[in-house]
Amino acid sequence: MVAIPSRHRSLVLLTIVVVVQVLLLALQITRESQGSLIRVWTVSAVSPFERAGAWGVSKVRGTWRHYFALSDTARENERLKQENDALKLQISQLRAKASEADRLAGLLNFRETQERVPMVGARVIGSSADANSAVIYLDRGQHDGIKKNMGVITPDGVVGKVIESFSDTAQVLLLTDRDSGVGAMIEETRIQSPVGGTGEPLLSMKYVSNDDEVKIGEHVVTSGMDRIFPRDLPVGTIAEVKVGAPPFKFIRVRPSAQLEKLEEVIVLLTTDPVVMKKKTEGSASAVPPPQAKPAVKDTAAKTAPGKRSQEQAAKPADNPR
Amino acid sequence: MNDAFDLRSGETHIEVHKFRGGTILFATIFALLVQAFLPVYWPKVATLDLPLLVTIYFGLSRRNPSTGLLLGMVIGLLQDSLSKTPLGLFGIAKTLIGYLASSIGAKLDTEHPAARFALTGVFFALHQGIIVLVQRLLLAHAEPWFTIRLAIAALVNAAVGVVLYFFLDRLRKS
Repeated sequence: MVAIPSRHRSLVLLTIVVVVQVLLLALQITRESQGSLIRVWTVSAVSPFERAGAWGVSKVRGTWRHYFALSDTARENERLKQENDALKLQISQLRAKASEADRLAGLLNFRETQERVPMVGARVIGSSADANSAVIYLDRGQHDGIKKNMGVITPDGVVGKVIESFSDTAQVLLLTDRDSGVGAMIEETRIQSPVGGTGEPLLSMKYVSNDDEVKIGEHVVTSGMDRIFPRDLPVGTIAEVKVGAPPFKFIRVRPSAQLEKLEEVIVLLTTDPVVMKKKTEGSASAVPPPQAKPAVKDTAAKTAPGKRSQEQAAKPADNPR
Repeated sequence: MNDAFDLRSGETHIEVHKFRGGTILFATIFALLVQAFLPVYWPKVATLDLPLLVTIYFGLSRRNPSTGLLLGMVIGLLQDSLSKTPLGLFGIAKTLIGYLASSIGAKLDTEHPAARFALTGVFFALHQGIIVLVQRLLLAHAEPWFTIRLAIAALVNAAVGVVLYFFLDRLRKS
């Protein structure tokens, strides 16, 4: 056995450790799998703390909103007539409760509208430990039926997709991540193109020809071609249009969902194509979609396989990762 | 492992610092939890790389390259586990940073806040450089080498690092 001089031992150890990790990386790339045991352990160990933290923050916020904010209001009201005090206090209480309930009511309305689409509400309990990736963690996982590649939305629009599901936690890749993408189209003109993340708050619509007319403010919705999200869900609004490097325009899209302030989301509990009902103006009631077929898991099973592959082949560029 | 001792090489006089039991474990877990939790409520916090700051601090303080690189490896792999990145990306970067920090710590006195600020800024940039290099070579991701955001992040991390190191200094064995 060759003796290693003590001054070189750390260098040898460094080389071994780096080489092992390079091999680990290579192995993951070959197998296209990232769900290794260490990841499961770490997420399982961290998620209870994140869950507790999320609970703590919501309690602190609740206490602030319901007690301290009202104390301020009460102090101000003391300078006014006592009769007005009581009324204002009552209004403040109702407003506080209403604003807190708004998000949850939105989710509930959405679920009721889409009662035939299997979905589950989830709370955001954590984010990526890496500043360069837009990833969040949910407080629900395999036990709730969540699987890899399921779509995640809010009533405002598309959020992202599940990239890993653990027993009680799921990892979601947000639309703003560079590796993220969704099949989309412009609602008004029906021009189709994938929309992807750029690592910044705005998204990029990649393959719209310089010859097509696109206006700022037009709405971008899902095309359904990626087989993850149903058709016609809001993705965002066109925020910037320039003539890009030929042959495609440079288009930036502002996401409809508030991706930097997510607290509750909805996970679509199916990886099969579904059709969602559109909401009517100013109400949560639903109307049947033009292609009114049942929006349930069985839909795909009933669809002829040949038809599915034809649709995919018809728009290969609209099928992001 | 219990008390502080001196590395004496010619004229240099560098002190190796020891910490109260569980300090390194606690600081590592705390940094990872904060990094994974706070950005949900304050997205700007994502600019910080607390696990990296912890790696640098203990590397500079312990001044043992083997310990530094192993600590960097563990922190990096745990950070990979909490990210979408393949396991090993942060592991490699933090292994190298842990090794470099402890090697430099064994040769220079790094107690002055200005030295710590400069070293943290440089290590942050180097850490990002290693990540980009690995992404380009092994993962075929054409990430940019330099952005203004990165430069700002390096300064922010260096500034936060100086404050964080001040508090971690309190946990040293006297």
